[in-house]
Amino acid sequence: MLTIKNLTANVDSKEILRGVDLDVKAGEVHAIMGPNGSGKSTLAHILSGRDGYEVTGGEILYKGQDLLRLETEERAQQGIFLAMQYPVELPGVNNMTFLRESMNAIRRSRHEAEIDAVSFMKLVREKAASVKFDQKLLKRSVNAGFSGGEKKRNEILQMAMLEPYLAILDETDSGLDIDALRTVADGVNLLRSPERSMIVVTHYQRLLEYIEPDHVHVLAGGRIIRSGGKELALELEAKGYGWLLEEAAA
Amino acid sequence: MGLPNIEMENFVETEYAQGFVTEIESDTLPPGLDEAVVRTISERKGEPPWMLEKRLTAYRHWLTMREPNWAEVKHPPINFQDISYYSSPKKKPVLDDLDQVDPELLATYEKLGIPIEEQKALAGVAVDAVFDSVSVATTFRESLAEAGVIFCSMSEAIREYPELVEQYLGSVVPHKDNFFAALNSAVFSDGTFVFIPKDVKCPMELSTYFRINEANTGQFERTLIIAEERSHVSYLEGCTAPMRDENQLHAAVVELVALEDARIKYSTVQNWYPGDNEGRGGIYNFVTKRGDCRGNRSHISWTQVETGSAVTWKYPSCILRGKDTVGEFYSVAVTKGMQQADTGTKMIHIGENSRSTIVSKGISAMHGSNAYRGLVRVAAKAENARNHTQCDSLLIGDRCAAHTFPYIEVKNPTAQVEHEATTSKVSEDQLYYCRQRGLSEEDAVSMIINGFCKEVFNELPMEFAVEAQKLLAVSLEGAVG
Ligand SMILES: Nc1ncnc2c1ncn2[C@@H]1O[C@H](COP(=O)(O)OP(=O)(O)OP(=O)(O)O)[C@@H](O)[C@H]1O
Ligand SMILES: [Mg+2]
Repeated sequence: MLTIKNLTANVDSKEILRGVDLDVKAGEVHAIMGPNGSGKSTLAHILSGRDGYEVTGGEILYKGQDLLRLETEERAQQGIFLAMQYPVELPGVNNMTFLRESMNAIRRSRHEAEIDAVSFMKLVREKAASVKFDQKLLKRSVNAGFSGGEKKRNEILQMAMLEPYLAILDETDSGLDIDALRTVADGVNLLRSPERSMIVVTHYQRLLEYIEPDHVHVLAGGRIIRSGGKELALELEAKGYGWLLEEAAA
Repeated sequence: MGLPNIEMENFVETEYAQGFVTEIESDTLPPGLDEAVVRTISERKGEPPWMLEKRLTAYRHWLTMREPNWAEVKHPPINFQDISYYSSPKKKPVLDDLDQVDPELLATYEKLGIPIEEQKALAGVAVDAVFDSVSVATTFRESLAEAGVIFCSMSEAIREYPELVEQYLGSVVPHKDNFFAALNSAVFSDGTFVFIPKDVKCPMELSTYFRINEANTGQFERTLIIAEERSHVSYLEGCTAPMRDENQLHAAVVELVALEDARIKYSTVQNWYPGDNEGRGGIYNFVTKRGDCRGNRSHISWTQVETGSAVTWKYPSCILRGKDTVGEFYSVAVTKGMQQADTGTKMIHIGENSRSTIVSKGISAMHGSNAYRGLVRVAAKAENARNHTQCDSLLIGDRCAAHTFPYIEVKNPTAQVEHEATTSKVSEDQLYYCRQRGLSEEDAVSMIINGFCKEVFNELPMEFAVEAQKLLAVSLEGAVG
């Protein structure tokens, strides 16, 4: 699904990623952990194609093609979804309109028929219920005035609607109450299938109890300094990052 | 006046570049304005003496006035002696074939989905006889006549209904009102006249579209709509297609009169040629629009979507004279490229319990400059007057500008006047977010803009609203980044 080889990248001519390698196979869930400012969100934005990040070396293959050559929207149309750490507000744009426009843009790009109003309404209701998203929020403007948790749930709703092949969740669990955490995990688990993959960026072991990653990676100083199974997350929870950083420096 | 006018010269050049033939017809007066010109206009139109008198009075007053310069717009001085003030209404088309029309203009028509015959009419190309005698227009007029509604050109109204015209023309916008109104009152070429008798709900939306045969009303258009007691009318003006016109200066006057319990809804979509990217050749649109809620409980509503013209100067207003009257103003104004717009409204509360609502949405992109100027005046006798003003600006990019000038004058302590203003920007983050969800940048911008303008679009008649959305998307194409 996704292969990242020796990726280096700058932001504002400052080197943030210093050689990241990652191989995500179809059906796998990878967790990325790491100290604040280590480059996790940077990696996520580079995968989704945000402007302002300069890739200085390495390559990224997505479904066998050179990802870096695709425009942001093309990546989305081909199934990459990023649940953002800081979801953006779109005042005046109705949440349902946004979802529908987005779905249809993706469908059009795949030469599929647009979804009709009736089927769309049915689908939103269903998905909103499945991720426990308050139906009242559907009628409001996208994220405008939403609470932190509501914004995160909205990201999960969008993910559930768009059914991406590669979903990247950037700290979707941060700032969520326990119930919401479960909901996010359920959203991810619902989507889990042999043809979909996920990268879950998180600071907390707790989420991984619900999600059960196949692999856990530690990103620090712009490099993956340790990879392991889900037990690595437990170890980190208990010991912090200090020992790993020392080992990496040694 | 009398200064060399570079803007005009450039304009002519552009026209040549685009293959316009500037053949001067025998029935066009040479440029220049004096009393003889005013007399000639009136005579050619076969007007009665009182009409000539009105024109002359206006002309003499205009001579004492100076062009206003308070608006937030800049343009080279207009030489009023360089303009021809009369040409035969049945002018020959200036082009023979669509091939001669600016391909960019055609591309825009294409995107707006305008039928080919209509494209020709708009671009000033000869149209088929079939189209010229639109049978739908005839059917339309017949059913209106049955209801007792008068809907005709101003020239026709002066001939056929002189007592109505004499009674109402200039009663809302007197010639002394402002420089451009005075000029219009002296030399107006033609326009639209609407009369809805007592108790009649006009059976259909009245649209200038159906008067396309007589659309060549020129640069000094005059519109008068009278709604008698308890009558209703909805009038649509303009067209989403960018219209070419060889006249650079447009100074129209629109007067609305609503008697007791009458309702007038006036919707405009304005998309005159904005000029090239340097702003050359665009239309100067200086319009005076005013509605008089003369009768108690009467209701006048202005809705406008303005995307065209190089310079726009326009304040559709309501005089809330009667008790319990309602005035509304809903506006979307877009400026991009080098476009400048100074628009807004005036709500003059005179009657008790009069209420007004102002919703103004200004969008500026590229080097566009957008100013909102709104006056809310509550007279001493206007007990319990209420106004709510919502004035929002949206900026796209960082080279454009938005200004807001609210003027509030309250002479009655019971008045409630509220003003809210916001300025927002279409941010990189927003575009990224939308693109991450599969939308192209253009789709994203148009979605954000439609959201921003929703309250105004909701006021437009359904079909017009759809067209207006498309128009906005097309006008802002490429405005980002
Ligand atoms: N636009 C930017 N301009 C300057 N520096 C930036 C920019 N974006 C990111 N950085 C820097 O890059 C580094 C990595 O940031 P990033 O957001 O990827 O960290 P993170 O691992 O996601 O951290 P957190 O766990 O706090 O979310 C930080 O030092 C950050 O300040
Ligand atoms: Mg982060």
